[in-house]
Amino acid sequence: MSVLVYTESDNGKFKKNAFEVASYASEVAKQLGSSVTAISFNSTENESLGKYGVSKVLNVSNEQLNTFNAKAFANAITEAASKESASVIVVSSSSDTKYLAPIIAAKLSAGYVSNVVAAPESTSPFTVKRSAFSNKGFAHTQINTDTKVIGVSNNSFGAVENNTTASVEDFNPSLNDADFSTKSIEIDKVVGQATIADADIVVSGGRGLKGPENWGMIEELADVLGAATACSKPVSDMGWRPHSEHVGQTGKPVASNLYIAIGISGAIQHLAGVSASKTKVVINTDAEAPFFKAADYGIVGDAFEVVPKLIEKLKEFKAQNT
Amino acid sequence: MKILVCISNVPDTTSKINFTDGDTKFDTNGVQFVINPNDEFGLTRAMWFKEKQGAAVHVATVGGPSSESTIRKALAIGADEAIRVNAEPTDGYFVAQQLAEVVKNGGYDLVIAGRESIDYNGGMVPGILATLLGMNFVNTCIELEVEGNNATATREIDGGKEKLSTTLPLVIGGQKGLVDESDLRIPNMRGIMMARKKVLNVVEPVDAIKATSDVKFDKPAPKGAVKLVDASNVEELINLLHNEAKVI
Repeated sequence: MSVLVYTESDNGKFKKNAFEVASYASEVAKQLGSSVTAISFNSTENESLGKYGVSKVLNVSNEQLNTFNAKAFANAITEAASKESASVIVVSSSSDTKYLAPIIAAKLSAGYVSNVVAAPESTSPFTVKRSAFSNKGFAHTQINTDTKVIGVSNNSFGAVENNTTASVEDFNPSLNDADFSTKSIEIDKVVGQATIADADIVVSGGRGLKGPENWGMIEELADVLGAATACSKPVSDMGWRPHSEHVGQTGKPVASNLYIAIGISGAIQHLAGVSASKTKVVINTDAEAPFFKAADYGIVGDAFEVVPKLIEKLKEFKAQNT
Repeated sequence: MKILVCISNVPDTTSKINFTDGDTKFDTNGVQFVINPNDEFGLTRAMWFKEKQGAAVHVATVGGPSSESTIRKALAIGADEAIRVNAEPTDGYFVAQQLAEVVKNGGYDLVIAGRESIDYNGGMVPGILATLLGMNFVNTCIELEVEGNNATATREIDGGKEKLSTTLPLVIGGQKGLVDESDLRIPNMRGIMMARKKVLNVVEPVDAIKATSDVKFDKPAPKGAVKLVDASNVEELINLLHNEAKVI
């Protein structure tokens, strides 16, 4: 019996969340007295998983799987789970894993719990804490099935070193044409920038920015901080920014270490979407804006005056601290 | 084309969240229930197919009698028939199994469900449903076109979007983007009156596993007061973020 973890990669390199889910799987294995096997697809750096407690890596080398395909990936992962007699399968909370995890759960008749924010509270019965009600609450959920699928919320557990030597084994899952009945035609994706899903820092703008032409300073601030950019719902509704940047109850949840809200008043739906972020900063002209009640730090002021100053001082700070 | 839209009955997005019975149950006191916003986008897209391409649109929910006002709203918006599976939707796997039975019995070509409900946020129903039925599946779907047996769907991915080609029968996990928010419909009086005459079938649940159970709930710890920094002193904010919060 082992714990199986799916470690996501892009162009052969593991994503940041791969090390977090490996660390989580290692904690689960410790509680169960078992070991961790990872499954990776076309990765060139499998040995690095040993640092986070993975003792075996099943590496799938298959050009057909260079592009994510939920059904094919899920089939490969379930086959690996059977081969390893895995009782727990750990995945991240990326868009791709939220797509494939329910397929894995159905194929294995396994209970699936997403948005898990902490190590299991108990392994008998298997109970985990997860965010619910769009981060306005937490549920302590018991999984009643023999096999369990756990979706770890981004940035909730962190990458924890737990040095092991990882052996790498080639793994060739049986895939057929039916697994590729849904085909990718075109991917339109920002390359080389942090995404909201896995960024440590997110800089977000609202209606207070007055128009899309003023987004340059949001992007510049994000660039200085190595952050992802985001926006409030009205901004996405008005088409100033794409929906993929919309943060909130009907948009993306944000669980970054630092969330900077500029010109966002803080509607209840927006606050729900960012409440999992550890530190929140708000910059707004209106001292009565609800966001000030939810933030850790705040500046009451005009974004057009404050943000350029902040960019300048952060550049000086970065120059002195790198 | 025969379309089923799966509707989840959820607290309005402005609801305050509280728990009762020793924090083991969601407190519905004073909460207004609505169509799950992700499902509402799907329902409106289904109405578009009905009006532009010709389709029968049915809606289904898994819930007790109190969920009927929400599903009646879907009928008032224009759905042709409704099905309520008479069971409490306490587990996503259980809900997916009930809906799979509805789909099998109804012979639907396209099933649209929200990518997740905004209350329990499980995000599993569309994917489990598709897999149980052996149907194609696209999650976080923001655009959908159907021509004959072929479908083109665009899904949101981290940092962008991906266009996919697939075939019917198909399950979609939909969300904002499937239609413009300005196209969402508010039931009018005529629709409400017509909805009263439409078929709402109540069916009993089939035997199914309950894969998970929520044993307890709690809320985030209360926050301390915000620390305000003078607008002319952004260095102080940088100092706090570096030395106190340790996030830069």
